[in-house]
Amino acid sequence: MKLQPANAETVPSLRQETTSVVLAGVGGQGILLASEIVARAAMLAGLDVKTNEVHGMAQRGGSVVAQIRFGAEVFSPLLVRRTARVLGALERIEALRQFDLVAPDGLAVVSSEMIVPVTVSSGQASYPADAEARLRSAFPRLIYLDAVEIAEQLGNRRVANLVVLGAMAGELGLPDEGWQEAIRGSVKPRHVDVNLRAFAAGKEAS
Amino acid sequence: MKELLSGNEAIARGAYEAGVTVATGYPGTPSTEILETLARFKDDVYCEWSPNEKVAFEVAAGASLSGARAIVTMKHVGLNVAADPLMTLAYTGTVGGLVAVVADDPGMHSSQNEQDTRHFARFAKVPMLEPSDSREAKEMVALGLDVSEEFQTPVILRSSTRVSHSRSLVTLSGRAARQRPLGFEKNPARFVAVPQFARGMRVRLEERLARLSEAAARSPANRIERRGRRLGVVTSGIAYQYVREVYPEASVLKLGWVYPFPNALIREFAAAVDEILIVEELDDILEQHVLALGIPCQGKTVVPRIGELSPDVLLASRAKLDGKAVPAEARTASPAATGDLPGRPPVLCAGCPHRGIYHALNKCNVVVTGDIGCYSLGALPPLSRMDTLLCMGAGVTMAHGMDKAGEPRPVVGILGDSTFFHSGITGLLDIAYNRGASTIIVVDNRTTAMTGHQPHPGTGRTLMGDPSPRVSIEDIGRACGINNVATVDPYDLKNTVRVLKGAIASEEPWLVVSRAPCLLDVRQTLGPPLRVDEEVCRECGACLKLGCPALECDGGIPRVNPLLCAGCGLCNQVCPAGAFEVEKEVAS
Repeated sequence: MKLQPANAETVPSLRQETTSVVLAGVGGQGILLASEIVARAAMLAGLDVKTNEVHGMAQRGGSVVAQIRFGAEVFSPLLVRRTARVLGALERIEALRQFDLVAPDGLAVVSSEMIVPVTVSSGQASYPADAEARLRSAFPRLIYLDAVEIAEQLGNRRVANLVVLGAMAGELGLPDEGWQEAIRGSVKPRHVDVNLRAFAAGKEAS
Repeated sequence: MKELLSGNEAIARGAYEAGVTVATGYPGTPSTEILETLARFKDDVYCEWSPNEKVAFEVAAGASLSGARAIVTMKHVGLNVAADPLMTLAYTGTVGGLVAVVADDPGMHSSQNEQDTRHFARFAKVPMLEPSDSREAKEMVALGLDVSEEFQTPVILRSSTRVSHSRSLVTLSGRAARQRPLGFEKNPARFVAVPQFARGMRVRLEERLARLSEAAARSPANRIERRGRRLGVVTSGIAYQYVREVYPEASVLKLGWVYPFPNALIREFAAAVDEILIVEELDDILEQHVLALGIPCQGKTVVPRIGELSPDVLLASRAKLDGKAVPAEARTASPAATGDLPGRPPVLCAGCPHRGIYHALNKCNVVVTGDIGCYSLGALPPLSRMDTLLCMGAGVTMAHGMDKAGEPRPVVGILGDSTFFHSGITGLLDIAYNRGASTIIVVDNRTTAMTGHQPHPGTGRTLMGDPSPRVSIEDIGRACGINNVATVDPYDLKNTVRVLKGAIASEEPWLVVSRAPCLLDVRQTLGPPLRVDEEVCRECGACLKLGCPALECDGGIPRVNPLLCAGCGLCNQVCPAGAFEVEKEVAS
């Protein structure tokens, strides 16, 4: 039996009303925490939300990617390529690696940090010297910032993830109170203040 | 109250709410967080990490026969280890509800194979439930326990990486009261599977399966979503979510209770649509069954059987079925900007104690039979010093097999502490008993590191945080009959090489325990970060062969990333020029 080709009316209209977000970095940079904060902010806005991240090897210095999708009703936790509204990346080439997921008119917020992988140090590959130029050609809407530098000025380089989140926030249209509450609910009490300041600094830099 | 929970957290919550009192398992991605989450309810639920999945399954079976509600958790390959008790517990049946949560890993994100656990449901003739998000994951634990008690059968709850590690919204409830009194009721015809009783159990097993198929067809876990008549999609698990994205116009038979097949419902659905497409992740189990019912359908002709599904994969399947070009969204768009990026695979951490052992093994001309854990990463360049990986425990036994086959080179087996307790001991016993000559290295980092630092019988504490006897690997080796047992500090390269060379040259079997804690687990460094004295460095590259992520080099003189460096000093031990020195100003 062969199924008939679909006619024009039945071609799927990919669920445009769902907002997709991608976060990328290297194990240990706080991608999973950032993912949780985005998801909570969407939940607190009364939206349906799904996230996905792959664990297991994440702590061992490998590439880490998380996806967050929110809207009225979300089915798949995985997005369709070229549909992410925002990419947040904590390392240059990890941003480039996710190029494929971002919508052509999507926003990319990329921290200029460079972490040389062992494949490069051991001579199996080379780190692109023109990463910034590549980012500018790959992402027409690019916010390129030194999130680590901004985080260090706030006294804790580990909150670079929140700096990047702050710079992404404007594009996502979620209420500010939700972000604040999501941050409070996701980090340890003694780190709430510096994380809130990092988020604010990121917003300012965007 | 609504909470954002991962599938694994939701399964734990479901077990708590459904009144489970005994929960067991062995860590394995993507299943590990279930028991870790459930252990937070330790006042209500007894939780344990068992030494392996077989033990865990049998402990849960015992609890069930006493009338308790129990769950046992594992990854897909763990069920291979626990297959023995599963197959016969299906015969004897359960008393208190027993749900075996098994998490598959399509795409092999963190596994050695991508076997489809649905085969086990059919093989063991037990029911299987398959949630497609966290809400269902929570609800299906309760459903599984109810089915287990009503039909006196173990139930498998099959999760997958994308269900276990996706978060979605779940409504929380309170904990149910205990369903039945505790107390084992003697009944040899039910619980003693000797042949004379097992033959009766075998007949009842088939009768039960027929009743289960009828119940599955009536269960709200299976439902028909009526939309268009032209196409009907039969699907289950996470694939259901992808179908809703890619086939918004299609009618869907959504299966949550996937085995035994709800035949009546499948026939009803088939009668209501013109064409049927089966969308299932991995094997064509459902498709073959639908075809066997005499219902024509499409399936693996367009949906891949290898790897995990995704909306992108299904868009390509849809285009193929429709005879159209694959839409742009579903095609990889890799411009020059991203085509040549260096890979970033997971690596042994900076300061990892396993690094010293692999460096030492690279000084020996041996075959290394490896095993499953963080040390598997030693198979990758630049260390490249693990030659085989099969399954838990095979690092020991395959070494013995090569040795007995007359392998020209000496053979060294390597495995971790948790893996040793899981299935290394019987292999060691075999080597001693059958007079092998292999050298077995246990890289003892005092935790189950790869899955996120779970305790085990050697750590001196339990999952619930209680102190327990700290089992000695050396003592077990001697008790097995291994007379040559040595302990080395893997950060002392010279001595480690000396001990290994002696053991490898010996005609007798050796057990070498390389002991140093996982630094991520103890959250410590070994010293201040080092730095490279650029005046002294000869750019020979010896340090880079350690594959340490703290040593960054993009040509020229390597530099130490002070934020990653754990101060282990291995780089300075291998540097012929002694170019490494302690960083004067320690970065915060």
